[in-house]
Amino acid sequence: SCAGPVESKTEAAMSELVPESRQKPVVPMKPMGINANLLGYIGIDTIIEQMRKKTMKTGFDFNIMVVGQSGLGKSTLVNTLFKSQVSRKSSGWNREEKIPKTVEIKAIGHVIEEGGVKMKLTVIDTPGFGDQINNENCWEPIEKYINEQYEKFLKEEVNIARKKRIPDTRVHCCLYFISPTGHSLRPLDLEFMKHLSKVVNIIPVIAKADTMTLEEKTEFKQRVRKELEVNGIEFYPQKEFDEDLEDKTENDKIRQESMPFAVVGSDKEYQVNGKRVLGRKTPWGIIEVENLTHCEFALLRDFVIRTHLQDLKEVTHNIHYETYRAKRLNDNGGLPPMAVETEENHESNL
Amino acid sequence: QQPAQFTNPETPGYVGFANLPNQVHRKSVKKGFEFTLMVVGESGLGKSTLINSLFLTDLYPERIIPGAAEKIERTVQIEASTVEIEERGVKLRLTVVDTPGYGDAINCRDCFKTIISYIDEQFERYLHDESGLNRRHIIDNRVHCCFYFISPFGHGLKPLDVEFMKAIHNKVNIVPVIAKADTLCLKERERLKKRILDEIEEHGIKIYHLPDAESDEDEDFKEQTRLLKASIPFCVVGSNQLIEAKGKKVRGRLYPWGVVEVENPEHNDFLKLRTMLITHMQDLQEVTQDLHYENFRSERLKRGGRKIEEEEVNKDQILLEKEAEVR
Repeated sequence: SCAGPVESKTEAAMSELVPESRQKPVVPMKPMGINANLLGYIGIDTIIEQMRKKTMKTGFDFNIMVVGQSGLGKSTLVNTLFKSQVSRKSSGWNREEKIPKTVEIKAIGHVIEEGGVKMKLTVIDTPGFGDQINNENCWEPIEKYINEQYEKFLKEEVNIARKKRIPDTRVHCCLYFISPTGHSLRPLDLEFMKHLSKVVNIIPVIAKADTMTLEEKTEFKQRVRKELEVNGIEFYPQKEFDEDLEDKTENDKIRQESMPFAVVGSDKEYQVNGKRVLGRKTPWGIIEVENLTHCEFALLRDFVIRTHLQDLKEVTHNIHYETYRAKRLNDNGGLPPMAVETEENHESNL
Repeated sequence: QQPAQFTNPETPGYVGFANLPNQVHRKSVKKGFEFTLMVVGESGLGKSTLINSLFLTDLYPERIIPGAAEKIERTVQIEASTVEIEERGVKLRLTVVDTPGYGDAINCRDCFKTIISYIDEQFERYLHDESGLNRRHIIDNRVHCCFYFISPFGHGLKPLDVEFMKAIHNKVNIVPVIAKADTLCLKERERLKKRILDEIEEHGIKIYHLPDAESDEDEDFKEQTRLLKASIPFCVVGSNQLIEAKGKKVRGRLYPWGVVEVENPEHNDFLKLRTMLITHMQDLQEVTQDLHYENFRSERLKRGGRKIEEEEVNKDQILLEKEAEVR
């Protein structure tokens, strides 16, 4: 909505009185062609453009974690999402690569740029999750890592001399990969999501969805949604954080119909109907990753990157981080945890 | 003396026992065949669909699939279903032993116990019957073959796969199978097969080996055997749904991007698996009898009445000796 008088009658009346030679007030150029009444226009809406320019200059951080058994296509999917090799080489499984004996946390950062906007993307992989014979508590290293990032941020926040821009290593989004069995969730899936949905935004995805026919997919998604609901697992976008009716309507549709997204990933291109498309070639046809009749990759991509990226960060900061912070302060008897002693700190205290 | 002389009944010296195989054949046909197939693998790998596809039946008509919460409490079960299949006068009494719950729990350490106990029990029962007075109607419930399902979504064998196969490879014929193969494109399949074979060798897992074709078999059969051996582990797709493809009705799966045909050798190894099973049913039974059962028997008799846990026998040594004997 633009800042300016709404009544046109007054405008007409005013213009009659004012001679045409009156100088136009000096206002910054607006990029959009709104029917602005220059007399009543303030220019508050230009802040959007200012913010946009700022973001473009500073760039922003986005940290995405992928969790799931080995072989579910996690690396390939992340590479497909960001159209770059941001996760370890997906098709490369050389002889030396074995399933680690414990869950490892591997964070790899990349800077990718699009349309002048820089994104420092960090992909956090969790090899070893769910692959052992005994997977009890295998989510603990993951929960620990997530909390460690909150702790890091908290320590920076309570510093006396704070950095201008606190590096944000907090996990904004956790993609949980569900095996496309077509039956139901596995006990481990439930356990993981129950524990972690309280500390991080979890987006469940059905991996390697090209193994299911349309009916099987619909049935499986319904079953999974039901199971998540029955077990009280709140995945992102969480119902309680819908800000207004508009949000709620949009998110309801996503929660009740689209999610969990049944995806297929690929970093190979093929020629289909004269176009180059990302896909998988089989003897019975080519599966097109970005074709909505084939799989829901495009929905996931749009959701995570094109519409809810900022919201993922905000929920992480305003909700999950604050929950952690409050707990820490309470544990500490209402006092902030010990600030980090940095060079600046030390000098300014002297 | 030339063998040809014995085919003509008028030939002096013709005894007629050349007719024996026919007699055995006829008696077998009358008696019918018994075969027990065990199926092991995590939930959702396509086991039931494959079994139904192989035997063109519906072994699980009233199946209820439990949700994850229920699976948390469940332990591994053994469920045996028997079906009588008749084809051109030949009767097959097929028992399929399912192992629901395998690989589902968060902690699968105790997954194998139930399964191994079951296999041993069947051996025990047979041993008991064999040693009994009335041996006319011994029922053979021993497990002749175990289809072990490896996930097509992984990069090879999982720790659970390795441990389980090592625990049963001296008790039953293991045939590794990769179902839901339509999730893999051809290159991925080759890579996965190779990786699995490498890992099987690396861990010293003994899977069932198809015997080489005899030298007097015809070229076609020899070629078929070579092809089968080269395709292990089989990558299969199961389905009993009829789909219209290229003007005819075929068993397959309908996707937005095409139709996967179960019986098309270019799409998957289903026909190979079926051929292997049918042409080697006899051999699978023999190896079970001559190798696995005999191993069990000699070990059991050595132990006498003592329980397994009390005895620390040099198993490997005995097994090596036994195997050398059989081969």
